[in-house]
Amino acid sequence: MLARRIIPCLDVRNGRVVKGQKFKDIIDVDSPEDLGAFYSKNGADELVFYDITASNEERAISLSFVEKVAAKLRIPFCVGGGIRTIDDFSTVLNKGADKVSVNSAAVSNPLLIKEAAEKFGSQCVVLSLDAKKNDAGLYKIYINGGRTETELEAVAWAKEGVRLGAGEIVVNSIDEDGMKNGYDTTLLKMITDVVNVPVIASGGAGTKAHFYEAIRDANVDGVLAASVFHFGEIPIPELKAYLLEKGVVIRK
Amino acid sequence: MGTVIIDYGVGNIGSLMGALDAIQMAYVLSGNPTVIEGATAIILPGVGAFKAAMDELEKRDLVDILKKKAKAGTPFMGICLGMQLLFESSEENGHHEGLGLIEGNVKAIPATVKIPHMGWNSLDFQLEDAILKNNAPGDYVYYVHSYYANTAAEFIVASSEYGVQVPGIVRKDNMIGMQFHPEKSSEAGLNLLNAFKELI
Repeated sequence: MLARRIIPCLDVRNGRVVKGQKFKDIIDVDSPEDLGAFYSKNGADELVFYDITASNEERAISLSFVEKVAAKLRIPFCVGGGIRTIDDFSTVLNKGADKVSVNSAAVSNPLLIKEAAEKFGSQCVVLSLDAKKNDAGLYKIYINGGRTETELEAVAWAKEGVRLGAGEIVVNSIDEDGMKNGYDTTLLKMITDVVNVPVIASGGAGTKAHFYEAIRDANVDGVLAASVFHFGEIPIPELKAYLLEKGVVIRK
Repeated sequence: MGTVIIDYGVGNIGSLMGALDAIQMAYVLSGNPTVIEGATAIILPGVGAFKAAMDELEKRDLVDILKKKAKAGTPFMGICLGMQLLFESSEENGHHEGLGLIEGNVKAIPATVKIPHMGWNSLDFQLEDAILKNNAPGDYVYYVHSYYANTAAEFIVASSEYGVQVPGIVRKDNMIGMQFHPEKSSEAGLNLLNAFKELI
């Protein structure tokens, strides 16, 4: 049986992990490859590295972390942040990433998804979307790190992304992000109901039950979180034992 | 010459090299028929489309030497698309001939499940085989593929359930195929690579 995936997300700036917190067992908490190896050893099924380096020039240097991670990590990983062109996809994949996630650039240029899928295969093209519910109760897509509202509606955009060739959708709820009140299972279910590719829940995890609820209520294929893992609030082995007990198929 | 990883411009082999380093297995990366001739073991990686990969092998004059080495009994492992190439043909975007080293053809996973089959799936052991000696039934391995090998039970060493019975590990004599990525499958994958190393 295919297992549901537990995915820690790490922010990287100038080649260093930004949120990495006090792990006693690793020598260099700020190194993407060391923190990645730590998570891998502790049962993470996949990792997402999100490069938040400000300028393009700096990002080109920052991305050298991808090679180090690829050499050290024995689980798949995705790299996102600042991906704008097919060349950006090439760069990151050639450095050894398994997947590349694209967000704002796909909104302004949806054909980027198509071109990337045709060139590299759908399996490595991840559409990451930031959604926020408006006063009318509609989920709208935001870009530029959640700062700019667009005309796009979340479910329609997810479907369009898959039609263009995205092989996975990461759904991030802006309202729930950082709130630790649980994932937005309503939005997630609307999307898992209509797309035939894996859907990953992002934004809102605060307790082990939140992970379970996203899987049970929205049938997501994976659950992504950052702070609860980085701050050691929820150790992954403990989360996996809990989900197994609940009957979820999890890689032991 | 030792183990040769076939370099034919298809796919990213950084992780594979990293995994072999992790189990201290020596290798050379080469697309040179003369080097391959002297190989004591061969690893054929590959991602992407079946026909494009066969075209690359042909362009580099590697088809004959790979067949010759496989038939001479050299331990030979195909990974992911590299495993699919071991079979007679594939129906990916038409009908294309493979290396024809193991009887069977490569078919699309029926769309009753999400495609591609992407993620960690558990291995059901089907046959007793030395390649499984370091692993346990139910071990999870990492798959990324949309086509599977339709082959006889006598060649299916281990499989995973995904809409159909997906052959995860196939074997005919010295030829072994892994549909998943052992180099991305954490400890379970390293254990399998170690078992292959011990076969050499």
